Amino acid sequence: MAIASGAIVLLILLFLIWETLPILQIIGLARFFNDPAWHPTSEEFNLVPMLWGTLFVTVGSILIATPIGILSAVFCHYYAPKAIANLYRRAIELLAGIPSVVYGFWGLVVLVPIIGRIHPPGPSLLTGILILTLMILPTITLVADASLASVPSEYLRGCASCGLGRWATVRGVVFPAAKSGLITGVILATGRAIGETMAVLMVCGNVVQTPKDIFEPVRTLTANIALEMAYAVGNHRAALFVTGLVLMVMIIALVIAAELLNKGHIYEQ
Amino acid sequence: MKYKTPYPELLSTAIIWAIAASVTGALLWLLSDVFWHGMSQVNWEFLTQSPSNAGREGGIAPIIVSTALIVGVCLVVSIPLGVGTAVLIAEFAANKSILGRLVRLSLDVLAGVPSIVFGLFGNAFFCKTLGMGFSILSGGLTLACMVLPILIRSTQEGFRAVPDDYRRSAAALGVSRIATLWELLLPAAMPGVAVGLLLGLGRAIAETAALIFTSGYVDRMPESLWDSGRSLSVHIYDLAMNVSGGEANAYASALVLVSFLVLINSAISWLAQRFRQSKILVV
Repeated sequence: MAIASGAIVLLILLFLIWETLPILQIIGLARFFNDPAWHPTSEEFNLVPMLWGTLFVTVGSILIATPIGILSAVFCHYYAPKAIANLYRRAIELLAGIPSVVYGFWGLVVLVPIIGRIHPPGPSLLTGILILTLMILPTITLVADASLASVPSEYLRGCASCGLGRWATVRGVVFPAAKSGLITGVILATGRAIGETMAVLMVCGNVVQTPKDIFEPVRTLTANIALEMAYAVGNHRAALFVTGLVLMVMIIALVIAAELLNKGHIYEQ
Repeated sequence: MKYKTPYPELLSTAIIWAIAASVTGALLWLLSDVFWHGMSQVNWEFLTQSPSNAGREGGIAPIIVSTALIVGVCLVVSIPLGVGTAVLIAEFAANKSILGRLVRLSLDVLAGVPSIVFGLFGNAFFCKTLGMGFSILSGGLTLACMVLPILIRSTQEGFRAVPDDYRRSAAALGVSRIATLWELLLPAAMPGVAVGLLLGLGRAIAETAALIFTSGYVDRMPESLWDSGRSLSVHIYDLAMNVSGGEANAYASALVLVSFLVLINSAISWLAQRFRQSKILVV
């Protein structure tokens, strides 16, 4: 049974490669990066704008969510009274449990009009970044929470006896001690941001272009699959599987990075 | 001389409280928005009628049934597979063995695979290769692959929390490993299994991207597992993106979905709390 469970990953990879093999043999991988544009029905398969889309949305949300997420965990451990900390933890868990389609829907009917008033059109890179920030925040906070909890209490008592304040303790002692756990949380959140589909699909506008500022609409790799899979046939369908393969390669690279960093079990701290 | 709190301390305290307040604020904003707009729509008729006019009017009865069937298929398949794998990793495979490490690494990857890639895989494997077409069965099986790592991880935690004394005492009494597992370890690890089950359930109910191309869009009442069925999350997506004027019913469906998840979420934290307090439940 364990082998069956483990084999599912191989099966997924196998099927992605199986579906993409014909197109890769005929037109080659290079054309996915230097074709003039993405017009899959007329045999033009440039994925680069979508790659940029995924990259910008991911980097943007990570940049915002990392400080907020880690400081949220710090809040739970060192600043909040116990009752408030527990309530706040529940709130974060709730945030993690809300389905991505609800985030997307809320973004679409609430955030998009607000952003649209500041700078039209509304569905944009910025909206995507904001929604994703909210979605990956719990991942960072919960992992950071666990790794802060494992900081030895002698360290904290030592700091207290030296007369260090809360922030000095957190910055000077706790962060270095919990570093690998904090980074692992960020890596996991990066994976989640890259793979997120529905919310991003609903608020980003989905125009295939490399965005010039944060108010322009973008399309991510995941949205590309979700939008076109319904009617894609032949080479077009295969091109979408190539998109999936690119995503999969990114995720495997991230997991291996986290694995190396933590020498073993990412989720089991 | 009076002690003065240093400036960075004051500033950081203010910033951290402000961050916590704004995150809570964002959550409350989202929840109250869904609750406020959804509440006026949700009533008994909404829950028991079929959708009409592409979902703008009518209710969500067939959609709830489809969702339940998809999630049911998912759990029926993933529970035995997940618990079995967890038992093997936790109890039978040595920590350093190559098989154990490989399985663990592949589960880590599986946990990170984007849901849309699960959708692609499900479409290629279950719908096309195994010939199940767009059906509740394909959707449920795709979801089963997805919740498997969650289930396994949590069950494993459950087994790890069982003290080694149990295993040694059983061995000293000459109880076979299978009997030890069945009579002693499995009941003792039950809270872990239950938490995993609820986490998996939550993930399965919330999922959209993996279902669009596997269980499909059809919003009629499903007659068998081979019929296509639309899940609640797909319904919300469709109403929000493809149906103009579907917003009111999308809000109502979102409220139903979020209520389910809040319920599951509360059950998880209640169970986890009990789990932590007693470390092990005596059954």
